[in-house]
Amino acid sequence: MPVTWDAFKEGDEIPVLKKKPGVTQLVKYAAGGGDFNPLHHDFNFPQSKALGSIIVHGRFKYAALGELVSSWLDHGGRIQKISCQYRGMDFPNQEMTLGGKVVRKYEEAGKKLADLELWAKNEKGQNTTPGSATVRIDR
Amino acid sequence: MAKIEITPAMRAVVGVESPPWTHEVTTTSVRAFARGVGYTDLVYFDEAEAKKRGYRSLPAPATYFGTPIFIPGKSNDTFSNPMLPGPRLEHGLKNVLDGGAETEYLEDICAGDTLTVTSQVADLTTRETKAMGEMLIVTNLTTVKNQHGRVVARQRSQGLFY
Repeated sequence: MPVTWDAFKEGDEIPVLKKKPGVTQLVKYAAGGGDFNPLHHDFNFPQSKALGSIIVHGRFKYAALGELVSSWLDHGGRIQKISCQYRGMDFPNQEMTLGGKVVRKYEEAGKKLADLELWAKNEKGQNTTPGSATVRIDR
Repeated sequence: MAKIEITPAMRAVVGVESPPWTHEVTTTSVRAFARGVGYTDLVYFDEAEAKKRGYRSLPAPATYFGTPIFIPGKSNDTFSNPMLPGPRLEHGLKNVLDGGAETEYLEDICAGDTLTVTSQVADLTTRETKAMGEMLIVTNLTTVKNQHGRVVARQRSQGLFY
Protein backbone atom coordinates (compact mmCIF):
# COMPACT_ATOMS: atom_id res chain seq x y z
CA MET A 1 0.00 0.00 0.00
CA PRO A 2 1.37 3.45 -0.82
CA VAL A 3 2.51 5.31 2.28
CA THR A 4 0.40 8.26 3.41
CA TRP A 5 1.32 11.19 5.65
CA ASP A 6 -1.09 10.11 8.37
CA ALA A 7 0.07 6.51 8.43
CA PHE A 8 3.29 6.98 10.40
CA LYS A 9 4.88 9.02 13.17
CA GLU A 10 8.37 9.78 14.39
CA GLY A 11 9.89 6.77 16.08
CA ASP A 12 8.09 4.23 13.88
CA GLU A 13 10.19 1.54 12.31
CA ILE A 14 9.51 0.64 8.68
CA PRO A 15 9.00 -3.02 7.61
CA VAL A 16 12.30 -4.94 7.49
CA LEU A 17 13.79 -6.40 4.32
CA LYS A 18 15.87 -9.57 4.52
CA LYS A 19 18.55 -10.37 1.94
CA LYS A 20 20.76 -13.44 1.75
CA PRO A 21 22.59 -13.12 -1.58
CA GLY A 22 24.55 -16.12 -2.80
CA VAL A 23 27.28 -15.86 -5.41
CA THR A 24 24.72 -16.23 -8.21
CA GLN A 25 22.73 -13.24 -6.97
CA LEU A 26 25.97 -11.23 -6.83
CA VAL A 27 26.64 -12.26 -10.44
CA LYS A 28 23.18 -10.95 -11.40
CA TYR A 29 23.97 -7.71 -9.58
CA ALA A 30 27.35 -7.44 -11.31
CA ALA A 31 25.60 -7.85 -14.66
CA GLY A 32 22.90 -5.31 -13.80
CA GLY A 33 25.21 -2.78 -12.20
CA GLY A 34 28.40 -3.23 -14.23
CA ASP A 35 30.76 -3.99 -11.34
CA PHE A 36 32.75 -7.04 -12.43
CA ASN A 37 35.37 -6.69 -9.70
CA PRO A 38 36.48 -10.33 -9.07
CA LEU A 39 36.39 -9.50 -5.33
CA HIS A 40 32.64 -10.14 -5.62
CA HIS A 41 32.58 -13.43 -7.56
CA ASP A 42 36.06 -15.05 -7.68
CA PHE A 43 37.25 -16.77 -4.49
CA ASN A 44 40.72 -17.17 -6.07
CA PHE A 45 41.25 -13.46 -6.71
CA PRO A 46 44.19 -12.25 -4.56
CA GLN A 47 42.13 -9.58 -2.76
CA SER A 48 39.39 -12.18 -2.03
CA LYS A 49 41.98 -14.60 -0.68
CA ALA A 50 43.48 -11.90 1.53
CA LEU A 51 40.02 -11.13 2.96
CA GLY A 52 39.17 -14.82 3.36
CA SER A 53 36.18 -14.76 1.00
CA ILE A 54 34.48 -12.83 -1.75
CA ILE A 55 32.42 -10.00 -0.34
CA VAL A 56 29.03 -8.51 -1.21
CA HIS A 57 29.31 -5.36 -3.35
CA GLY A 58 28.90 -2.26 -1.23
CA ARG A 59 26.64 -0.90 -3.95
CA PHE A 60 24.42 -3.97 -3.64
CA LYS A 61 23.79 -3.05 -0.02
CA TYR A 62 23.16 0.58 -0.96
CA ALA A 63 20.67 -0.54 -3.60
CA ALA A 64 19.07 -2.87 -1.05
CA LEU A 65 18.63 0.04 1.37
CA GLY A 66 16.99 1.83 -1.56
CA GLU A 67 14.68 -1.14 -2.03
CA LEU A 68 13.86 -1.07 1.70
CA VAL A 69 12.76 2.58 1.57
CA SER A 70 11.04 2.22 -1.82
CA SER A 71 9.03 -0.73 -0.56
CA TRP A 72 7.80 1.32 2.39
CA LEU A 73 6.93 4.28 0.15
CA ASP A 74 5.27 1.99 -2.42
CA HIS A 75 5.26 4.92 -4.84
CA GLY A 76 3.28 7.13 -2.47
CA GLY A 77 6.29 9.43 -2.35
CA ARG A 78 9.86 9.72 -3.54
CA ILE A 79 13.33 9.34 -2.12
CA GLN A 80 14.96 12.80 -2.08
CA LYS A 81 18.23 11.73 -0.52
CA ILE A 82 19.72 8.40 0.45
CA SER A 83 23.14 7.69 1.82
CA CYS A 84 25.10 4.92 3.46
CA GLN A 85 28.58 4.01 4.59
CA TYR A 86 30.23 0.62 4.28
CA ARG A 87 31.53 0.09 7.77
CA GLY A 88 31.79 -3.68 7.64
CA MET A 89 32.09 -6.33 4.99
CA ASP A 90 29.26 -8.71 4.22
CA PHE A 91 29.73 -12.21 2.88
CA PRO A 92 27.62 -14.35 0.53
CA ASN A 93 24.98 -16.69 1.93
CA GLN A 94 24.69 -14.77 5.18
CA GLU A 95 21.41 -13.12 6.02
CA MET A 96 21.30 -9.34 6.19
CA THR A 97 18.36 -7.69 7.91
CA LEU A 98 17.74 -4.22 6.55
CA GLY A 99 15.58 -1.82 8.52
CA GLY A 100 14.87 1.80 9.20
CA LYS A 101 13.24 4.20 11.62
CA VAL A 102 11.51 7.54 11.05
CA VAL A 103 13.58 10.03 13.05
CA ARG A 104 11.93 13.23 11.87
CA LYS A 105 8.60 14.11 10.24
CA TYR A 106 8.30 17.69 8.98
CA GLU A 107 7.15 20.11 6.31
CA GLU A 108 9.54 22.34 4.41
CA ALA A 109 9.00 24.58 1.38
CA GLY A 110 5.53 23.14 0.86
CA LYS A 111 6.75 19.52 0.88
CA LYS A 112 5.90 16.82 3.39
CA LEU A 113 9.16 15.14 4.34
CA ALA A 114 10.52 12.47 6.62
CA ASP A 115 14.06 11.61 7.62
CA LEU A 116 14.92 7.99 8.27
CA GLU A 117 17.84 6.26 9.91
CA LEU A 118 18.69 3.05 8.03
CA TRP A 119 20.72 -0.03 8.82
CA ALA A 120 21.79 -3.41 7.49
CA LYS A 121 22.59 -5.88 10.22
CA ASN A 122 24.51 -9.08 9.69
CA GLU A 123 23.81 -12.41 11.38
CA LYS A 124 25.72 -11.25 14.45
CA GLY A 125 23.46 -8.20 14.76
CA GLN A 126 26.25 -5.79 13.70
CA ASN A 127 25.21 -2.86 11.53
CA THR A 128 27.64 -3.09 8.62
CA THR A 129 25.91 -0.45 6.52
CA PRO A 130 24.55 2.51 8.47
CA GLY A 131 22.56 4.91 6.34
CA SER A 132 19.95 7.61 6.18
CA ALA A 133 17.29 8.86 3.82
CA THR A 134 15.00 11.84 3.31
CA VAL A 135 11.70 11.05 1.61
CA ARG A 136 8.93 13.22 0.23
CA ILE A 137 5.40 11.97 0.92
CA ASP A 138 2.87 12.78 -1.76
CA ARG A 139 -0.34 11.50 -0.19
CA MET B 1 54.83 1.21 6.85
CA ALA B 2 55.03 3.92 4.16
CA LYS B 3 52.80 6.88 4.86
CA ILE B 4 50.37 7.87 2.09
CA GLU B 5 51.31 11.26 0.67
CA ILE B 6 48.83 13.55 -1.06
CA THR B 7 51.09 15.23 -3.62
CA PRO B 8 50.50 18.62 -5.32
CA ALA B 9 49.80 16.72 -8.55
CA MET B 10 47.03 14.81 -6.77
CA ARG B 11 45.64 18.02 -5.23
CA ALA B 12 45.50 19.57 -8.72
CA VAL B 13 42.95 16.96 -9.79
CA VAL B 14 40.42 18.12 -7.19
CA GLY B 15 37.56 20.10 -8.73
CA VAL B 16 38.41 19.29 -12.35
CA GLU B 17 35.17 18.16 -14.02
CA SER B 18 35.44 15.20 -16.38
CA PRO B 19 34.15 15.28 -19.94
CA PRO B 20 30.57 13.98 -20.14
CA TRP B 21 29.59 10.37 -20.76
CA THR B 22 26.23 8.93 -21.72
CA HIS B 23 24.32 6.54 -19.49
CA GLU B 24 21.31 4.81 -21.00
CA VAL B 25 18.19 4.00 -19.05
CA THR B 26 16.25 1.42 -21.01
CA THR B 27 13.55 -1.06 -20.06
CA THR B 28 16.12 -3.85 -20.43
CA SER B 29 18.71 -2.08 -18.29
CA VAL B 30 16.19 -1.20 -15.56
CA ARG B 31 15.02 -4.81 -15.43
CA ALA B 32 18.61 -6.05 -15.24
CA PHE B 33 19.44 -3.77 -12.30
CA ALA B 34 16.17 -4.52 -10.50
CA ARG B 35 16.74 -8.24 -11.01
CA GLY B 36 20.30 -7.87 -9.72
CA VAL B 37 19.11 -6.35 -6.46
CA GLY B 38 16.27 -8.82 -6.09
CA TYR B 39 13.27 -6.52 -6.55
CA THR B 40 9.94 -8.24 -7.19
CA ASP B 41 7.81 -5.07 -7.45
CA LEU B 42 6.38 -5.31 -10.97
CA VAL B 43 6.70 -1.55 -11.46
CA TYR B 44 10.39 -2.10 -12.36
CA PHE B 45 9.60 -4.84 -14.89
CA ASP B 46 6.16 -4.33 -16.44
CA GLU B 47 5.46 -1.14 -18.38
CA ALA B 48 1.70 -1.28 -17.88
CA GLU B 49 2.25 -1.55 -14.13
CA ALA B 50 4.68 1.38 -14.20
CA LYS B 51 2.17 3.59 -15.99
CA LYS B 52 -0.60 2.52 -13.64
CA ARG B 53 1.60 3.64 -10.71
CA GLY B 54 2.20 7.06 -12.27
CA TYR B 55 5.52 6.70 -14.10
CA ARG B 56 6.24 7.40 -17.78
CA SER B 57 7.90 3.99 -18.10
CA LEU B 58 9.84 1.63 -15.80
CA PRO B 59 11.35 3.85 -13.05
CA ALA B 60 15.04 3.55 -12.29
CA PRO B 61 15.40 1.74 -8.95
CA ALA B 62 16.98 3.80 -6.17
CA THR B 63 20.76 4.23 -6.73
CA TYR B 64 20.58 3.28 -10.43
CA PHE B 65 21.74 6.03 -12.82
CA GLY B 66 21.44 4.12 -16.04
CA THR B 67 24.16 2.02 -17.59
CA PRO B 68 27.24 3.82 -18.94
CA ILE B 69 27.78 3.12 -22.62
CA PHE B 70 30.52 0.48 -22.82
CA ILE B 71 33.15 0.88 -25.53
CA PRO B 72 36.09 -1.59 -25.41
CA GLY B 73 39.27 0.41 -25.07
CA LYS B 74 37.44 3.47 -23.74
CA SER B 75 35.63 1.82 -20.80
CA ASN B 76 37.18 0.17 -17.75
CA ASP B 77 36.67 -3.55 -18.25
CA THR B 78 36.23 -4.26 -14.52
CA PHE B 79 34.04 -1.42 -13.34
CA SER B 80 32.44 -0.50 -16.70
CA ASN B 81 32.99 3.23 -16.18
CA PRO B 82 34.49 5.33 -18.97
CA MET B 83 38.23 6.02 -18.80
CA LEU B 84 38.01 9.70 -19.63
CA PRO B 85 40.84 12.00 -20.65
CA GLY B 86 41.92 14.50 -18.06
CA PRO B 87 44.21 14.60 -15.05
CA ARG B 88 44.48 11.20 -13.34
CA LEU B 89 44.80 10.67 -9.64
CA GLU B 90 48.11 8.76 -9.49
CA HIS B 91 48.25 7.41 -5.95
CA GLY B 92 49.89 4.05 -6.72
CA LEU B 93 47.69 2.16 -4.26
CA LYS B 94 46.59 -1.22 -5.56
CA ASN B 95 43.51 -2.05 -3.53
CA VAL B 96 40.20 -0.24 -3.32
CA LEU B 97 37.15 -0.55 -1.14
CA ASP B 98 33.92 1.38 -1.53
CA GLY B 99 33.45 3.72 1.45
CA GLY B 100 29.89 4.77 0.83
CA ALA B 101 27.72 7.19 -1.06
CA GLU B 102 25.20 9.97 -0.67
CA THR B 103 22.66 10.59 -3.44
CA GLU B 104 20.30 13.49 -3.91
CA TYR B 105 17.38 13.17 -6.35
CA LEU B 106 15.75 16.15 -8.01
CA GLU B 107 13.52 14.35 -10.54
CA ASP B 108 12.38 10.85 -11.49
CA ILE B 109 14.62 8.83 -13.78
CA CYS B 110 12.75 6.37 -16.02
CA ALA B 111 13.41 4.00 -18.91
CA GLY B 112 13.61 6.07 -22.07
CA ASP B 113 15.83 8.68 -20.44
CA THR B 114 19.31 9.36 -21.76
CA LEU B 115 21.55 10.68 -19.03
CA THR B 116 24.70 12.75 -19.35
CA VAL B 117 27.06 12.18 -16.47
CA THR B 118 30.14 14.09 -15.37
CA SER B 119 32.26 13.59 -12.31
CA GLN B 120 35.07 15.23 -10.40
CA VAL B 121 37.22 14.49 -7.41
CA ALA B 122 35.65 16.62 -4.71
CA ASP B 123 37.98 15.80 -1.82
CA LEU B 124 41.17 13.91 -0.92
CA THR B 125 42.10 12.92 2.59
CA THR B 126 43.88 10.15 4.49
CA ARG B 127 42.64 8.21 7.47
CA GLU B 128 44.28 5.72 9.83
CA THR B 129 41.96 2.72 10.24
CA LYS B 130 42.15 -0.20 12.67
CA ALA B 131 41.37 -2.88 10.09
CA MET B 132 43.27 -1.78 6.98
CA GLY B 133 45.95 0.63 8.18
CA GLU B 134 46.28 4.00 6.52
CA MET B 135 43.89 4.63 3.63
CA LEU B 136 43.50 7.34 1.01
CA ILE B 137 39.88 8.52 0.87
CA VAL B 138 38.81 9.92 -2.47
CA THR B 139 35.40 11.61 -2.60
CA ASN B 140 33.89 11.82 -6.08
CA LEU B 141 30.99 14.08 -7.05
CA THR B 142 28.89 12.76 -9.94
CA THR B 143 26.34 15.02 -11.66
CA VAL B 144 23.54 13.39 -13.65
CA LYS B 145 21.57 15.40 -16.23
CA ASN B 146 18.70 14.11 -18.32
CA GLN B 147 17.99 14.62 -22.02
CA HIS B 148 16.27 17.95 -21.21
CA GLY B 149 19.51 19.30 -19.73
CA ARG B 150 18.19 19.27 -16.17
CA VAL B 151 20.18 17.90 -13.24
CA VAL B 152 18.16 14.93 -12.00
CA ALA B 153 20.61 13.58 -9.41
CA ARG B 154 23.93 14.18 -7.71
CA GLN B 155 26.01 11.60 -5.90
CA ARG B 156 29.02 11.87 -3.62
CA SER B 157 30.84 8.57 -3.28
CA GLN B 158 33.95 7.53 -1.41
CA GLY B 159 36.72 5.24 -2.61
CA LEU B 160 39.09 3.94 0.07
CA PHE B 161 42.50 3.12 -1.41
CA TYR B 162 45.20 1.14 0.39
